[in-house]
Amino acid sequence: MSPIQEIIQKVSASHGTERESLLPILQAIYAKNHILTEEDMIEVARELDISAAHVYGTATFYSFLETQQSGKYIIRLCRTITCMMHGKNIILQELERLLKIKPGQTTPDGIFTLTETNCLGQCHKGPAMLVNDTPHTDLTPESIREIIDKYRREALQ
Amino acid sequence: MTKNLKRLDLIFKNEGDSEAILGKTLARSNEELISDLIASGLKGRGGAGFPTGLKWRLAADDKADEKFIICNADEGEPGTFKDREILTSVPHKVLAGMAVCARIINCRQGFIYLRQEYTYLVPHLNNAIEEFHQLMKKFEVDFQVEIFMGSGAYICGEETALFESMEGKRGEPRNKPPYPTNFGYKGKPTVINNVETLAHTYSIFKYGPEKFRDLGVKDSRGSKVFSVSGDTPIPGIYELEFGMTLQKFVDDFGDGDAKAVQVGGAAGFCVPRKRFEKTIIGYQGKLTGVSLPTGGSMMIFNSSRSMYNVLHNYLDFFVEESCGQCTPCRVGTQQLLMGIQAVKRGERPSTYLDKLLGLAEVMRVTAKCGLGQSVANSFSSIVENFKEEMIY
Repeated sequence: MSPIQEIIQKVSASHGTERESLLPILQAIYAKNHILTEEDMIEVARELDISAAHVYGTATFYSFLETQQSGKYIIRLCRTITCMMHGKNIILQELERLLKIKPGQTTPDGIFTLTETNCLGQCHKGPAMLVNDTPHTDLTPESIREIIDKYRREALQ
Repeated sequence: MTKNLKRLDLIFKNEGDSEAILGKTLARSNEELISDLIASGLKGRGGAGFPTGLKWRLAADDKADEKFIICNADEGEPGTFKDREILTSVPHKVLAGMAVCARIINCRQGFIYLRQEYTYLVPHLNNAIEEFHQLMKKFEVDFQVEIFMGSGAYICGEETALFESMEGKRGEPRNKPPYPTNFGYKGKPTVINNVETLAHTYSIFKYGPEKFRDLGVKDSRGSKVFSVSGDTPIPGIYELEFGMTLQKFVDDFGDGDAKAVQVGGAAGFCVPRKRFEKTIIGYQGKLTGVSLPTGGSMMIFNSSRSMYNVLHNYLDFFVEESCGQCTPCRVGTQQLLMGIQAVKRGERPSTYLDKLLGLAEVMRVTAKCGLGQSVANSFSSIVENFKEEMIY
């Protein structure tokens, strides 16, 4: 059984093999690989017995699913109003300087992907960002450096 | 009639008696419980303000054999973070509300649709659900709750888009009617309530409808959890009584230099300083009542802020989050953004703003769902009140 089939089986064991399982399956594949390839989507379509176009349509609708390779750590910096008011641009500049990439890009070593995202629901503690699932709030250029160092160390171990 | 600003502690108060309250509530008849809810005057706290008791009754009246209850935790409105706090501090109240609803409408399966940005809450919520399932067993109620994760789409806070998303489709809103209470998730009757609404039902069952009804003003009963952010020395989550004027709110929460407050998030209204005194927070003023997925967002801007930048940020947001299904919203949001940029650069005369206001009104009338319809709220209220900032 391919790794993708294993994920599909695992998710459909709890959610069933109806189309209602599609989003949880895509989320599980993306959480593991940080990419949804064409082959993955064709495989999912076959398992759920729906058209691959439907799988692709769903996969590309949601901003937390991507069809291109993202790094081990996906940094999503909030760009919505209150984070912007509290200095999101300075944080972005610092991230760009530290990682030497622009939003939408991945570092050559495959560790970090940098993106901007809409409201994270941390407005009272802005600027805020998510690194994979973990929120980091009240960001300053200093705290950003520590956070990036921590994840880089984790990745290199 | 207005009220003084009063801070309350109903939602977040944790007295450790939830098991007893739930047991007592489940011992009462469905009709009594619905009457209590209707008498309390509770309206949906997600922003649309539909009477909760009526919603439950409509679903209960449908005789389908399979029904669902969904807790809408896709809190995506800019400036809103109260549902996150409610799910963190008092998830058992939300689950208790779902259990009572399930008993009334006769359903066995509930879901919490949680936005992916809150994935870190899942272990905590699963613990609460595990305890809740034990409680359901004890009360011999056949009802299960599951978490369904969103994947980063503001539009999925719109109830019918949320159903589509749960069905494995693109999160594109459906035409209404049919309404969810007859045709919701998988085409079955579905009650969908905001996190805060469900927590309020718990308070109503605990304290009785009178106590809830005594709070607030005529069409806006009870308290509301507000998410306060922006230019304020004390950002955070506050439970306040409905009916205060914006002036009183700003006196308490502003930094002394507030020039505008955005009520209801990007989909809400921008109120300039000159109207603080006349603006009352509550449903009848349609102030917290129009915002699409989540009500209670209060963003304060002081005089150092450019309202052009604020509007630009909102429009960037809508351009990205429009699902693209209907033309007025897909094209309209982009044209509004390009339009204000052109005026700012001097490529268009200032009278072009009037054309854009007209376009926003067309969107209000023709867009398929609340997202496209409510772009006009923030657009018109900012452009009309801060015209000079748009031009120079």
